[in-house]
Amino acid sequence: MAVIETSKLTKHFGRIPAVEGLSLKIEEGEVFGLLGPNGAGKTTTIKMLATLLQPTSGRAEVNGFDIARFPSKVRESIGIVFQEPSSDELLSGYENLKMHSMIYGLHDGSVEKRIDEALALVELTDRRNDLVKTYSGGMRRRLEVARGLLHKPKVLFLDEPTLGLDPRGRETMWGYVKRLVAELNMTILLTTHYMEEADELADRICIIDHGKAVAVDTPGGLKAKVGGDLVTITSSVLPDAKTLKKLKFVRAVEKKDGDLLITVDDAAANLQELLCKVGRVECVEVRRPTLNDVFIKFTGHELEQAEGGWFDKIVQQEVNKQ
Amino acid sequence: MSEDTGMAHPSVFRGVYAIWWRETTVFFREPPRVISAVVSPIIWLVIFGAGLGQSLSIGGESYQHFIFGGVLVQTFLFSSLFYGAYLVWDRKIDVLKAVLVSPLSRSSIFFGKVLGGVTISLIESVIVLLVGYLIGMQYSPAVFFIVLGLVALASAGLTALGLIVGSLMESPEGFQLLSSLVLFPLFFLSGALFPISNLTGPLGVVASLNPVTYIVDLLRGALGGAYYLDPNLDIIAFVAFIIIANLAGVYAFERMKS
Repeated sequence: MAVIETSKLTKHFGRIPAVEGLSLKIEEGEVFGLLGPNGAGKTTTIKMLATLLQPTSGRAEVNGFDIARFPSKVRESIGIVFQEPSSDELLSGYENLKMHSMIYGLHDGSVEKRIDEALALVELTDRRNDLVKTYSGGMRRRLEVARGLLHKPKVLFLDEPTLGLDPRGRETMWGYVKRLVAELNMTILLTTHYMEEADELADRICIIDHGKAVAVDTPGGLKAKVGGDLVTITSSVLPDAKTLKKLKFVRAVEKKDGDLLITVDDAAANLQELLCKVGRVECVEVRRPTLNDVFIKFTGHELEQAEGGWFDKIVQQEVNKQ
Repeated sequence: MSEDTGMAHPSVFRGVYAIWWRETTVFFREPPRVISAVVSPIIWLVIFGAGLGQSLSIGGESYQHFIFGGVLVQTFLFSSLFYGAYLVWDRKIDVLKAVLVSPLSRSSIFFGKVLGGVTISLIESVIVLLVGYLIGMQYSPAVFFIVLGLVALASAGLTALGLIVGSLMESPEGFQLLSSLVLFPLFFLSGALFPISNLTGPLGVVASLNPVTYIVDLLRGALGGAYYLDPNLDIIAFVAFIIIANLAGVYAFERMKS
């Protein structure tokens, strides 16, 4: 059963298209990653699905409820962790969860136990009575994950859950997300611009660029689309590309910054033969394709470099204003 | 489903209570807000009232007695409006977003906030009334409670007005404008500091359209001073203002972008 289904979902801010005709189907129990640079439309998509933004056109259902027609039903059935911290600094961790339980109308009997469990899950039990303003960024994010889970939503939205966290905080957060999936069988929609994060957590990934979905598949499936392993050769005398292409295991040859990028099938078995053809080399690097290679293949630019353009900044500002 | 997840349909009462609880708890954890709420009315009353009172009397009563009702109104006028407009900070630091994405209705959020503003106004007004007693104002316990009831109602209207302003403001930078464009005109043209019966022309028109005018007159009368207007007119204007401000506030919250 699809927990989230969108059909040609579109959002324009004035004349700026933030999301263009996005059609997705996310199954129950799945961790679905939206991967793309800043300004690609990930947050806008989440805000539309959480009924915080109205789509310009297209439609979407969350847990079987149309987002435009039954916004309060949708809100009851989702949990969300925003990109920017949204917990109350002047309340303690416990008080934040207590208030959340009240506005979600949770029954009194089970509330205290749930709060205890949620705090234990994110390992904040010993800091429960401290004001949130004394928490680190990572602790605050964890509290907000606990808050998002308190009313046992069927689907959890995580908008850039590790943005601004140090490597250790990031690993911890990844651990929690994996536990949620393993122990609670939650459906999670995750946005990120970190490739490793999508690779590590997501069952399926949608690569999104300039508001458009360019590819949807499992991480392995996406990498397979790049086709084979990547061999980078540095040499003062580069061989002719045509001679290399005659080898039947060579898929593609490309020159870049004085290096030769060769895509081959099964590099482990064929490297010896390839190097014989190339002749003298100064340096050889062999690696499996990453999601970055996938990203380049589908969008023509790198994920990391795509950040911070003037266009992206404008879109980002518009999104934050809403 | 409600059995399964322990989730009732969010009850309106509990939702409103949750917002009210958050508002009052957070307020008392911000010392500058508490200090200014308590200290500024005392300063007004003692310095303005006692200082000017040495040399002035209006309509036979001492200026300090005249101004007492005005200072009371000033206290909850400022606190209600600023409290309401404080919403713009909530929006800036995103705490409001977490509430807006919950199933709680916009009107529940609105009335929770209004009750928060009323609570804070009541606390401040009790302080003003007690200080007033110390500097020679005399009123019975019955008057004390009638006045507090009027304060609660008036503050509900004024907080709603502040929340409307806060929901319309794009950024906290507009906060300063609130004082010069809304607060001071409402206050100075209300009869709080001087009788407006002598005002003619445009200023007189503004004063008669100003809801605070009727609040001041009603409270001053209730405190044993002279009514400058027809008390029946005061009551009609007072009730109409509260209802209109709250309806407009609910509308503004429904339309507020999240």
